[in-house]
Amino acid sequence: MKARPPPPPALSLRGLRAAPSQVFGNVRLTPLLRDEVRDDLRLASRTYEDPFTIVDLGERRAYLTTYAPHALVVGWTDDGSPVGSFGTTLAGGADGKRLTGQIPGVKLLDRMAKREEGNRLRLLPQHLAFEGFLSLHFKAPEIAWTEYSREAISHGLSPRSEITVGGRGVPALEDALRVFEIHEGQCGVLLFIGDALASAFIVSHPDDYRDLHRTLLEDSFAIDLIQAAQWSGPSPVLTTPIDPARVASLDDLRQQLARVRRDLATFHADHAGTLIGRPVSTDVVYKAGPFQLQRFLTELDPAQENHIGELILSRDQTVQYARTYRLSGAQTRRAYLLKQLAAHGWNLESTAASLRTTRDELIVRLHRAGFGYLLAEHVLKAAQKRTR
Amino acid sequence: MTTLPAAQRRLRFDTERVEREDLVMFINACFVCTGQAEFYGTAGGQAVSIEFLHEYILGNYRRLYARTLAAGINHFNQGLILVNLLQQGAHGRGPAGRAEEGRLIAAALRELPPQRALKILRHLRDRRVNNRRARAVVRDYLAARPDPTFDAVKYRDHVRVLAAHAHLRLPGEMGAFLFTPRRRGAYVTPLFERWRQARYAQGAIFDLPFTVAEGIAAARGLSREETLRRAAPQMTAGEQLRLQRTAAREGVTLAFDIGRAPLTRLAVYLLSLSQEERRARREELDAALTRAATRALRRAPAPLGRVAAVLDRSHSSSGSTDKRRRPLAVALGVSALLRVAAREYRAFWTVPTPDEVLVTPRGQTDLAGPLLDALAWGAEVIVIVSDGFENDPPGTAGDLAHAFRARLDPARRTSIVHLNPVFDSERYAPRGLGPAVPTVGLRDAEDLPTVLGFARFAEGTAPLSELEHYLEGRVADMLGRGRQVHDPGRTPGTGC
Repeated sequence: MKARPPPPPALSLRGLRAAPSQVFGNVRLTPLLRDEVRDDLRLASRTYEDPFTIVDLGERRAYLTTYAPHALVVGWTDDGSPVGSFGTTLAGGADGKRLTGQIPGVKLLDRMAKREEGNRLRLLPQHLAFEGFLSLHFKAPEIAWTEYSREAISHGLSPRSEITVGGRGVPALEDALRVFEIHEGQCGVLLFIGDALASAFIVSHPDDYRDLHRTLLEDSFAIDLIQAAQWSGPSPVLTTPIDPARVASLDDLRQQLARVRRDLATFHADHAGTLIGRPVSTDVVYKAGPFQLQRFLTELDPAQENHIGELILSRDQTVQYARTYRLSGAQTRRAYLLKQLAAHGWNLESTAASLRTTRDELIVRLHRAGFGYLLAEHVLKAAQKRTR
Repeated sequence: MTTLPAAQRRLRFDTERVEREDLVMFINACFVCTGQAEFYGTAGGQAVSIEFLHEYILGNYRRLYARTLAAGINHFNQGLILVNLLQQGAHGRGPAGRAEEGRLIAAALRELPPQRALKILRHLRDRRVNNRRARAVVRDYLAARPDPTFDAVKYRDHVRVLAAHAHLRLPGEMGAFLFTPRRRGAYVTPLFERWRQARYAQGAIFDLPFTVAEGIAAARGLSREETLRRAAPQMTAGEQLRLQRTAAREGVTLAFDIGRAPLTRLAVYLLSLSQEERRARREELDAALTRAATRALRRAPAPLGRVAAVLDRSHSSSGSTDKRRRPLAVALGVSALLRVAAREYRAFWTVPTPDEVLVTPRGQTDLAGPLLDALAWGAEVIVIVSDGFENDPPGTAGDLAHAFRARLDPARRTSIVHLNPVFDSERYAPRGLGPAVPTVGLRDAEDLPTVLGFARFAEGTAPLSELEHYLEGRVADMLGRGRQVHDPGRTPGTGC
């Protein structure tokens, strides 16, 4: 019997349920509660003094960031027994080498996700996903088409860069996180800015969530999301009314209350529909006993919101850790163009045909998207001249 | 022209309603706002909001504005009213109005703790208010103090500023003590003499009031431990409570019966202790709470039947750096008070706690669930203590109360009242839970009887005349109290 290929995995909130959201200005935080808490996977945050970081990825590649204020340390056990150390004990001291000499404030780290002594894994939240995103089709083009520059043929897309905004640059986020009331048993949160899903953050244990809640402020956010939110005005407080006509006893009141909670939970889960339930392509980064660290991408459709992120899944495929980043429109378009080019073997003619445009238009579009450096100068100039 | 009288009638009705709502909002704000930062609002926002309210009421309803002094409002707002009234001057009020206002001002000042009263009067200088009435008020206040010498030493700076500002004639050595203290040898007045000696003799320092001794001791390089140990007999009850933890850190025992502290102060102190310490001193703390509640109730007994309290211990009840855990302390105080006052009592915390003494600010604000539990328990009176920022789910407690009233309890056998320890500067009022539940501000748990008496106006059913009558009663009480308090016999500075 031939095994059928598994359906494309989708991000699900199995084991978690949404509680009514809390709003501050245009920031909405929707708590995610876990009914079954497991304690064989714990997380802690390790703070870095030098936010400027260079990560050695191996294969002569490096990842540079000016903003990595903390790392997450994951501790787990293979047999399901509780993790012995958590909080600051789990986090341990800062790792990595300092660049001495002429450049102060720079740290060198080895790998995005690095196994440490004991069952511990250090990972750079979000950067793990960014690195996966930036290295998409990184080695292209495979065929030396004459339109591409010599640089592109020999070095691929290197260097590839994207810009994000740190959480402190998001108006009202700091206050929203301060006044947010963490639920009992809360293990995650959906963060909406201007009522657009900005990120999802899920951990395995409520105590860890309490410790890591404030690290959302050190996350990165897409710049166009922040700009759009400037004009969104305060987000509405969402609730559903109770109809007195349907109440004849205290039990009815109790049922009505349960209905309100149910309705809100469903609504909030639907509200995050751009991420939850979307098919994603995943890539396993590390296997830690019964847990898998993956990074994922939604299908990069420019017509939709797209998210990248990293997950830790347990054996029963429930999400034990997630941290996501919503791509900006421009970032999605760039990734989409690369994907189309790669799908057509980097042939400009056939890519243009599939995008229902001309070769010259495609060249100009690549240039506008920031990939002008891939093309030979005379090709680009000629295309620009013809399309002017 | 037949429509005119009807229109006039409607107009009069509407102004009456506006006036009533304005006043209820103002008194409500005055119960609770202190101009300090709250969990959700900055100190600046609070100050702007409350000052606007004061200006608005003063400009439109001056007589009632003055009478609010007697409504049982907090010290901060009494101070604002006093300064605003004195700034306006007395002209244009008519002889009767002038007299009433003057007596109210004097009575309110007398009832305030001296450090607050002096600070309020000092604001007159900061605002450059120096009319004849203001000077007379300062003069009369200082003259009526039971021990002016003690005041001159303990509040030297305040008294000096006021004496200069109001051109006071100072008796005996006080002028020299306040203005040229180092220019002469020995004083005849014993306390002034001790103050002079404190500069040279360590023994004299600890005969002075604690706050003065503290400063001189620090200037002379005495250790904190020695200061606390030797000055302990001079401390007021408030100082002893405030310094409990400092003393413990320094290894000094300040013998103080915490059951003597006012209820809310005690609750604030209790909540400042660690979980281990609370567990270790559980019996003592619990007994102290009960004693403080019983004492608070003796002043204003409020016999109650089957009472339930819905108490908010959510994260926001941790207050602000200005008011640490104040909302939670008020909730705890109210709980202790109701336990003593009610025939049957049960507390429903937003996140259940096994032991009230161990309560901490934690979790979300779910008022609807505990409210339903309280209704199911069959309470006659339900008191909700919460800052009104309900979020699990938002706005549902008010909806529940409305549905309950409309369908299950049209005869109003169960009364529900919401007490709010937090002023919401954006609404100029404590934040409510919807029209079905009246909301009243509450700064100290001890004020519960006063505030419950006011709750029927917050509901919006009582007419303006009743509110005016209520205020008149409070004014008569206050002026009556003033005459009793006037006789000497209180030791100064021993209040908390």
